[in-house]
Amino acid sequence: MIGVAEIVLDGISKWYRRDEPVIRDIDLTIADEEFLILVGPSGCGKSTLLNMIAGLENISSGELRIAGRRVNETPPQERNIAMVFQSYALYPHMSVRENIAFPLNIAKMPKNEIQDKVEHAAEILELSGLLDRRPGELSGGQRQRVAMGRAIVREPKAFLMDEPLSNLDAKLRAQMRTSISRLQKSLATTTVYVTHDQTEAMTLGDRIVVLRDGIAQQIGSPADLYERPANLFVAGFIGSPTMNFLPGRLTEGKVRTAIGGLPLGDEIRRELESGNADRDVIVGLRPEAFEDDRFTGSDTGRFTFTDDVDIVESLGAVKLAYFNLAEPPRSAQLASVAEVTGAADRFGTAQLVAQIDARSSAREGGDLRVSFDPHDALLFDPDTGNRIGHLV
Amino acid sequence: MTRSRIQWGVLDFVVVAFALIPVLWLVSLSLKTPATIADGGFIPTEWTFDNYVNVFTEGGFLRPLVNSIGIAGLATLIAIVLGTFAAYAIARLNFPGRSIMLGAALLVAMFPQVSLVTPLFNIERALGLFNTWPGLILPYVTFALPLTIYTMSTFFREIPWELEKAAKMDGASSFQAFRKVIVPLAAPGVVTAAVLAFIQSWNDFLFAISLTSSERSRTAPAAISYFTGSSQFEDPTGSVSAAAVIVTIPIVIFVLIFQRRIVSGLTAGAVKG
Repeated sequence: MIGVAEIVLDGISKWYRRDEPVIRDIDLTIADEEFLILVGPSGCGKSTLLNMIAGLENISSGELRIAGRRVNETPPQERNIAMVFQSYALYPHMSVRENIAFPLNIAKMPKNEIQDKVEHAAEILELSGLLDRRPGELSGGQRQRVAMGRAIVREPKAFLMDEPLSNLDAKLRAQMRTSISRLQKSLATTTVYVTHDQTEAMTLGDRIVVLRDGIAQQIGSPADLYERPANLFVAGFIGSPTMNFLPGRLTEGKVRTAIGGLPLGDEIRRELESGNADRDVIVGLRPEAFEDDRFTGSDTGRFTFTDDVDIVESLGAVKLAYFNLAEPPRSAQLASVAEVTGAADRFGTAQLVAQIDARSSAREGGDLRVSFDPHDALLFDPDTGNRIGHLV
Repeated sequence: MTRSRIQWGVLDFVVVAFALIPVLWLVSLSLKTPATIADGGFIPTEWTFDNYVNVFTEGGFLRPLVNSIGIAGLATLIAIVLGTFAAYAIARLNFPGRSIMLGAALLVAMFPQVSLVTPLFNIERALGLFNTWPGLILPYVTFALPLTIYTMSTFFREIPWELEKAAKMDGASSFQAFRKVIVPLAAPGVVTAAVLAFIQSWNDFLFAISLTSSERSRTAPAAISYFTGSSQFEDPTGSVSAAAVIVTIPIVIFVLIFQRRIVSGLTAGAVKG
């Protein structure tokens, strides 16, 4: 059965000039009531894709279906989709009430019904006291809520949100994030949410699409993306602090790296059997996979190494210990990933970050023994950037 | 700080005095009796409103005034309606030859009008437009349009495009988005352009004198030049002054009505937090 507001992207592409596609062949089915996140660095095409769903940008090829109906040629005003813009795009010459009522007025709804709906929306968003103000008299957070109000008031088939929180300060952003999540669940409306912030993506989404250069790198649940990133880009983009990438050489059933020889699991060894015996790989290790060895107890399955700490950052709840490794990873794939994720300085200097217990006595310049569970380590192909599998 | 303030104050005073003293002089002249008109005094010794009465009774100034209001008003209206659409297209749409179009419009504005008077005279005579309202409205619209297009396209460009997208997402058609969101926001620009277009048409003398021949379509500035004294030995200075004062009144009213709308910062709060 086709959901009432299922959005299907069937081989969607977009180009402004024939040979330079900005969106390449996206296949995606957004289920009814799903909260889908489009995430990627700036210029990856995520806003363009959202605008194509909205109808504000033409679709060069492929088919877009909403509730089973092809809408490629349907103008935005007939798609019954609401959008929240990054800039909020409130009408400055109208009061908050008029702003929220605008879509209903356009739809020529009876006056008393409009009144009820506007007041109801204002109540949900805690705007009741502000209805007669102009947008210019509101704070950023209030404007954001007015924009939300204008979107929810006419009960559209779907919400599109284009980085709705990026103009707010960090504290307000976290607060609004939870209220958007709550709102979406209570309204149970299909939502497509664009962001460049991986935290927003991880916390809000039922599913996440990671975009890069107009290509969907991976589509999956937040846990999927975190635990089984499809390639170096997704691995580097999702998670904070960024995943550590160590160059390694696969030989005699082990991966030789700057932190020692890591044993390979049976499964991955079988998988690699077909290829050449010796090959280069990149080992991916999340900072949070590490722990100060003193706090891991008698867990014997962990791999340990000792090095002198370069920098210690205390975040209160945890500490971050930075190590300088001898050998930076050499991979064109990794270099390009570093460039877009803005971690070029870290990747280039072969730095390794370990997130450790706040009670750790790690000191800058001093030796620190850290350990990690080899199950948390990933192997990537340095040439294609694709994930080969888990280390163990 | 104070020094520069004094400098500015002096400069302001000079500019305002230079602009206003002739106007006051004109008002003073219009209130003098024929006997004292050449006395050179700034404040009339004998006050009279005869000049104002004469302008309408003997001068027949009412008809030119109606012509002026009608012609300038219609020319402004047409220029604003056409100019709004054109300016919007130039500001928002990406069509080939966009900048050429704006350039061509400006070229029209820069074209010396005096060189067009004779050809226009012949054309209008041939077309039967000579000495009619449309005969004046047409050139006024032509010369007001570049101004309105240019003024309004800069205003339209200032309006965040996202507002229009938002209106469309809210269910508005392109025209509804234009009418309910864009035009109200561009109102200061529309008003500015309207005031400029009106003043331009209202003040015109060259076309008014060349393309009219009777009071059927002669506008106020042209009519003033036809004023005569009560005898051929009498200078119509008093009547001319009174008529000139009358002619400035609509402009002053026009600007006063609209200056409240010519405010910036109307778009404040549209976007960004």
